[in-house]
Amino acid sequence: MIPIRLRVNGSEYRRDIEPRLLLVHFLRDACGLTGTHVGCETGICGACTVLVDGSAVKACTLLAVQADGADVTTIEGLASDGHLHPVQEGFWERHGLQCGYCTPGMIMSGVQLLSRNPNPTRPEIAEAIRGNLCRCTGYSHIIDAIEHAAGHPAAGGAR
Amino acid sequence: MTDHANTPYIGRSLKRVEDPRLIKGQATYTDDLRLPGLLHVCFVRSPHAHARVARIDTSAARAIPGVVAVLTGADVNEHCGVVPCAAEIPDLKAPRHTVLAGERVYFVGHPVAVALATDPYIARDAVDAIEVDYDPLPVVVDPQEAVKPGTSLTHPNLGTNIAYTHRVAGGSDIDAAFRRADRVVTARMVHQRLTPMPIEARAVVASYHEGEGTLTIWTSTQVPHLLRTLLPGMIAIAENKLRIISPEVGGGFGAKLNVYAEEALCGHLAMRLRAPVKWIESRRENAAATIHGRDQIGEYEVAVKNDGTILGLKARSIADLGSYCQLLTPAVPTLTGLVLSGCYRIPAIAIEVVGVYTHKMATDAYRGAGRPEATYLIERLMDIIARELGIDRVDLRSRHFPAPSEFPFQTACGVTYDSGNYAGALAKARQLAGWDQLMAERAAARASGRLFGVGVSTYVEICAMGPSKAMPAGGWEWGCVRIEISGKVTAITGVSPHGQGQETSLAQIVADRLGVRIEDVVVLHGDTAVAHYGRDTYGSRGTALGGSALVMSVDKIVAKAKGLAAHLLGASADRVVFAGGRFSAPGVERWLSWAELAGEAFVAKNLPPGFEPGLEASSFFEPENFTYPFGTHIVAVEVDRDTGKVTIEKYVAVDDCGTQINPLLIEGQVQGGIAHSIGQVLFEQTIYDENGQLLTGEFMDYAMPRAGDIPEYVLGSTVTPSPVNPLGVKGVGEAGTIGSTPAIANAVIDALEPLGVRHLDLPLTPERLWRAIQQHTAATV
Repeated sequence: MIPIRLRVNGSEYRRDIEPRLLLVHFLRDACGLTGTHVGCETGICGACTVLVDGSAVKACTLLAVQADGADVTTIEGLASDGHLHPVQEGFWERHGLQCGYCTPGMIMSGVQLLSRNPNPTRPEIAEAIRGNLCRCTGYSHIIDAIEHAAGHPAAGGAR
Repeated sequence: MTDHANTPYIGRSLKRVEDPRLIKGQATYTDDLRLPGLLHVCFVRSPHAHARVARIDTSAARAIPGVVAVLTGADVNEHCGVVPCAAEIPDLKAPRHTVLAGERVYFVGHPVAVALATDPYIARDAVDAIEVDYDPLPVVVDPQEAVKPGTSLTHPNLGTNIAYTHRVAGGSDIDAAFRRADRVVTARMVHQRLTPMPIEARAVVASYHEGEGTLTIWTSTQVPHLLRTLLPGMIAIAENKLRIISPEVGGGFGAKLNVYAEEALCGHLAMRLRAPVKWIESRRENAAATIHGRDQIGEYEVAVKNDGTILGLKARSIADLGSYCQLLTPAVPTLTGLVLSGCYRIPAIAIEVVGVYTHKMATDAYRGAGRPEATYLIERLMDIIARELGIDRVDLRSRHFPAPSEFPFQTACGVTYDSGNYAGALAKARQLAGWDQLMAERAAARASGRLFGVGVSTYVEICAMGPSKAMPAGGWEWGCVRIEISGKVTAITGVSPHGQGQETSLAQIVADRLGVRIEDVVVLHGDTAVAHYGRDTYGSRGTALGGSALVMSVDKIVAKAKGLAAHLLGASADRVVFAGGRFSAPGVERWLSWAELAGEAFVAKNLPPGFEPGLEASSFFEPENFTYPFGTHIVAVEVDRDTGKVTIEKYVAVDDCGTQINPLLIEGQVQGGIAHSIGQVLFEQTIYDENGQLLTGEFMDYAMPRAGDIPEYVLGSTVTPSPVNPLGVKGVGEAGTIGSTPAIANAVIDALEPLGVRHLDLPLTPERLWRAIQQHTAATV
């Protein structure tokens, strides 16, 4: 067992873990943050996308020990003071989700995009979520949702 | 609750009430459940398509600390019955389908043994440590070879690879039609195998409560009620001791419209080990051992006059069922026959479907289930006929439309279309597409040597499944409405939404009908202890049938409440007026709200004689017919001559799903359905090699559309209400997938028309198109 220490959504988590434990399972099982989903375990679908030190990362492709010392933001950490993050707001306003399973990862990818490019074009949004698969929406409403959030002063921010 | 509401809600694009929990990461999917003492389940699955299981050695796995049990077919099969098939096909030959393999395995992914451990990683370790010796046997992969006499058998004990032959002849004499024809247009088409791939794979948690003798199974399913009906026959628990909960479900598309071996086995394991168990399907398992869709090969003949009049259609198809019959496996190809005539007046039809076993995963109902195949065939055929006869393809279609006044319209396929205005949808789509300008663009592009094509499909499909006489387990739907003592409204539906947004759309229906604020309505579903009866979600039935059952219940409550209002207002019941959530009577100054009536009804101190306390009603809605949504999709594409890559330049869809409850959600359903079609036409194909090895077992190998592959849509609609339910709703969950596939395919083939390409099978990958371009360019040089 290896001791690690992570900051997740502003709280510190110290755990002794097996070196083979994936970050996504650490978040879901050790931290109890089940909003981050597992869709493939091969880094293709992006359902497990979280922010690690501000960068969108597929948490099924990282061992938890590799994230030792990192600052992680998950979907549970996006809303603040009872207010939805603008990207979450956009997904609600523009029907950017159906079953909701890919949604947390999609939202995290959207947050990262807007932190780097506050006013992306629709093709730029499509490119930015190329690593996230959705089987329900056909993507068009997801692009609408991120476009809706773009331009909001807090759109790219996450803790 | 206020006494009046901001109605009507029906017809408004309201945001979904289910979204906040989903966008905040607070929803509970099956894998999010945390039960104390949980054991994790992992399966050993066959790497062979057909083999004898010579030996299974579990000793090393059992020795791993944390491993609680390792079991094989010999241990569990006698306790778990057989995986059920509900399809009613006469003379169906079906293999016995046990939950784990017996002495043979029949497809890659066939479960052979199961390990349970205290930790999911240890359960995987255990699976890795189980040794299985297989003796490979001859593999059957090609369904066309499989029907020939003397070939290897998928299931030797059945004596044949043919599961059934289904023949339907309808309308006038087919032979006479072909004798009268000026010519016969023929085509052979392949509808490739597809993998549904919901982003949440399957997942099951089962917990046995020994004291009560009850079993609760949480499962990522579309059909909790069908499971409650069918699992008791497998695992020796009474129906009334079994509770099925489908919590948040991460997509279905038909893949979760089934009773799976793993669901039954997890229930058995929880009872056997007296411990809660959890199985989370991996993506690789999902690709190999969750149902596939489509997979038909057909030969088609159309009898036509030189002026384009269609006299008759003959279809012969082979459907690759895979190795087992899952819930509806053999029925799905027969659905193709029900709408094979499409939107058209085709007087004579003869269909033969041969269902064939091969060493693959079972096919079953994937989004559209039989109708996409039919629509693709007839819409490709219309283009082929138009081209062979030199007739405009749009004229050919519209000439064969029944007029709106001819509905209900009886087809030669034996069904009765409820209502329709096919010319109306076509006209609107042409207008939205700017048809004449699009044709001019095509002419200009072709003149400059570009491969630019325009495709059309005018489709009709079957929804709101369905009348009980046509459904194996009954096709009614159940709903219950209760005005709580506080005046809040609880609506319970027997349908099981998993992304369709019916917590919102059904609340819109109930709030309007009761005249209450939508914020005061809660819709419950997906738990057989809460929604006692139901026939669940598939076949685009949720809003049409689930909504109608709620309407019936509301109407019963209103009628009852009028009696109470009359008593309290001192008026006669026939003079009580209900409008906008208020009960009043002429000449009486005061009026009563639902909250006031509910308070009186439940406290029950001042009720009229014989009045039963409470304000609650439940109803079974039995539809008299299916519904038949329709529409027109128009697509423009450009094919890159050098690479074969297709770019969708324009996408116009006009869909008529009857009365619209929430246009925003309808738009979402249509767009999502079109994306499945884009996948089917351009990228997707489930591939087994000649040894029955699955080559598309991951997202890496199975190419689904990504955001950049999607065009900007122009969506429109017409509204032709259905006469077969009180809402006029037809359904829309599968329409996109049904109308879209042929429209895109027709556009691509149209783009290649100048090269002389008549037909290409799907998927139209860059490689396939590039080869066709090379071949035809060489031929024309």
